[in-house]
Amino acid sequence: MGSTPDFGRRDLIKRSAALGLVAVPSISTLTACASGGDDGNKVDKGKKSDKNPLAVNESAALDVVIFDGGFGQKYAKDAEAEYEKAYPKTAGKVKHSATQKIQTVLQPRFNGGTPPDLIDNSGAEQMDFGTLVAKNQLTDLTPLLDAPSVDDPSKKVRDTLRPGVVEMGQFDGKPVWILYYAYTVYGVWYSKTNLEKLDAEYPETWDDMLKVCEKAKKKGIAGWTYPGKFPYYMPFSLYPFIAKIGGPDTLIAIDNLEPNAWKHPAVKAAFEAYYELYKKGYILKGSPGLTHIESQTAWNQGKALFIPNGSWVENEAKKTTPKDFQMSVGAPSSLDSSDKMPFGTIWASGGEPFIVPKAAKNPEGGMELLRIMLGEKSTKNFVKQVSSLTSLNGGTDGLSLPPGLQSAQEALEKAGTNVVNPRLQDWYVALQKQQIGVGALGEMMAGRMTPAEAIKKIQKFADETAKDDAVKKYKHA
Amino acid sequence: MQHGKHQSATAVVAKVPGGKHPGVKQPRVKLSTRQKMERAYHQYGFPLGFLALPVVIYAIFVISPFVQSIYYSFTDWTGLSSDFKMVGFKNYDWLLHDDLFWTAVGHNVLLLLVVPLVTLGLGLFFAFMLNVGGRSKKNAAVSGVRGSSIYKVVYFFPQVLSIAIVALLFQFTYNPRNGALNAFLGGIGLDSLQQEWLADPKLALWCLMVVMVWCNVGFYVVLFSAGMSAIPKDFYEAALLDGANRITTFFRITLPLLWDTVQTGWIYMGILALDAFAVVQIMTVGPGGPADSTQVLGYMVYTKTFRDGQAGRATAIGVAMLIVTLIFAVIVGRLGRRERLEY
Repeated sequence: MGSTPDFGRRDLIKRSAALGLVAVPSISTLTACASGGDDGNKVDKGKKSDKNPLAVNESAALDVVIFDGGFGQKYAKDAEAEYEKAYPKTAGKVKHSATQKIQTVLQPRFNGGTPPDLIDNSGAEQMDFGTLVAKNQLTDLTPLLDAPSVDDPSKKVRDTLRPGVVEMGQFDGKPVWILYYAYTVYGVWYSKTNLEKLDAEYPETWDDMLKVCEKAKKKGIAGWTYPGKFPYYMPFSLYPFIAKIGGPDTLIAIDNLEPNAWKHPAVKAAFEAYYELYKKGYILKGSPGLTHIESQTAWNQGKALFIPNGSWVENEAKKTTPKDFQMSVGAPSSLDSSDKMPFGTIWASGGEPFIVPKAAKNPEGGMELLRIMLGEKSTKNFVKQVSSLTSLNGGTDGLSLPPGLQSAQEALEKAGTNVVNPRLQDWYVALQKQQIGVGALGEMMAGRMTPAEAIKKIQKFADETAKDDAVKKYKHA
Repeated sequence: MQHGKHQSATAVVAKVPGGKHPGVKQPRVKLSTRQKMERAYHQYGFPLGFLALPVVIYAIFVISPFVQSIYYSFTDWTGLSSDFKMVGFKNYDWLLHDDLFWTAVGHNVLLLLVVPLVTLGLGLFFAFMLNVGGRSKKNAAVSGVRGSSIYKVVYFFPQVLSIAIVALLFQFTYNPRNGALNAFLGGIGLDSLQQEWLADPKLALWCLMVVMVWCNVGFYVVLFSAGMSAIPKDFYEAALLDGANRITTFFRITLPLLWDTVQTGWIYMGILALDAFAVVQIMTVGPGGPADSTQVLGYMVYTKTFRDGQAGRATAIGVAMLIVTLIFAVIVGRLGRRERLEY
């Protein structure tokens, strides 16, 4: 070292630069040690009683991580205060944290075997449920569902929930791994006021939809906008539209990754209807480059009439929504009289998936906090704070709901049993978002791909996912 | 900041004193074992004492992650649990047959060709104008354009902004509805040139390149300025007396004498181009779109690990990145070999 006569300084610089070159684009995010043990030290169980049906340790610490997104985190903090009230010895021991970066914050903790006791695994950075379940990382929530509800000890928690919520938390067989706390209504969102200004009502048929858009166009208003940066918002109104045209089995076949599921004529009809919006110039100029916030703002400003969205939009767009906006959600319009499902068919499902990790120190505590959140008091608090429904069936009595939420409630009543629940977005995230959303729907809505091309591409993506043995598969029960 | 890190790292290595003076002949005397050991200590032990700590830190934080990553790339690790098994070359087999991977490689290679070339080219041009390009004044044979000291500061501005902020600012600029770029084009009557920028698969990657060039060019202006000020003025005077113009002086004097600095800059820019994660993640449609038109290896590693729970595959992509990087380093090393001028 250093003894070679012509080993100059420049060579050293060059060599070390080359070494650094190797180091920099490194994969250092992956360096979290993957060999940590899974057996965390559990806290002792408490004494089971009527007031404490889950046998929560009455003085143990509780570790909660909340996704700090559209719903914020205050509702969870309030519920934690209730928890501390119920178990006074835990006062000050409830550790609350909130983040938008669920994956990067929690994945190392899972690998290290020290995950928190309750997680709201939500947002763009949610951890993959399929993998969590397949790798046995979650606690079965059945004890919680079989525990008496906070409000009515004669009723089990599972009997107080909205239809479909328990099933959504199951993957294979009986265990319930996820409890969806919020209840989301997806569809075509609009402003009653802005429609009234055009002397129009929400169009119940696609022909009327085109007429309203044409009317708007003459006044310089676009019919539709959408978050082109995240084109996987399109399915929020497109998927129930497909189900409405072709029947609920069309979507089930798609979810089950059946061969040629996308080749169903209903898919083609729905895609062509949406493509017509582009071809007739009814889509707000620049939409392909807008984020969800930017497109919602343009919609709030009355530059476009309709936007595919979910019921969180009312809270998310609060700051930009005019007072007299009268936000509403509409079910997909009828394409024609041969549609298999009636007008009113809508997509509604659980949102904000809560999980209790298997290696949690205090899993009973995590479940107990969920039980408290599913009580009427916390539910009302949630509804008031973030204007979204919860999975608790009811819980809105005596509350005056904001317009968007009120319309979502009415849409659910109108839909009755005609509620569809496509699962691609939680089962196959890469397929739904990157491939179908950005790869095909975004391209079609921007006019760079015809419906036939988009369908062909999507079918290819779906087949690839079906063949990939690294992706865990699910089927509708 | 990356540049700083490397410079300090190289400084540590470069300052290690050599054990022997080159050219001084060592007397051939038979030595006792003790004497040999003493000599060995002086020769190796002393520098090793200085080097031990940095080497240990380097081994723990740089080498070991590499070894681990290579190991994980042969497993089916999900990144979500410590339960995994060896799968041999399965991840690599998947990699070679994955269309998206090759798309990403293509984009990285394009970035690697364009971004360093444009950045360093502009950096050289600006630095030359700031130092040598001005009209000659009475006293000095060569000088920069008027106000060159102010320009130097202005050029350096983007370098002090974090890449996240720069990416966000440009995202607003590129916004097709009310972004500054389209507004500017509309304002000067060039409506026909208005684009959807990041939402257009043909333009998106180029939009990112502009950002990468914009925020790095300033650093190289300063770096090359420093290099140019070390070139003796006599050379320029002599060239000017012989009637050389600016272009000739640049290609015949400045560039050859600056070659080593340019080459180092080329390597740094190569690192940046192979990364590109931040701009893709913050700015692009999807991100990574539209229609995968801005997919790069770094972003793929991220989505495979965190979104899809396929850390085994992700580490295999990481290893592929390593290989691409090594190939690049070898090529740059070969291309850059030239006779060195001492002055």
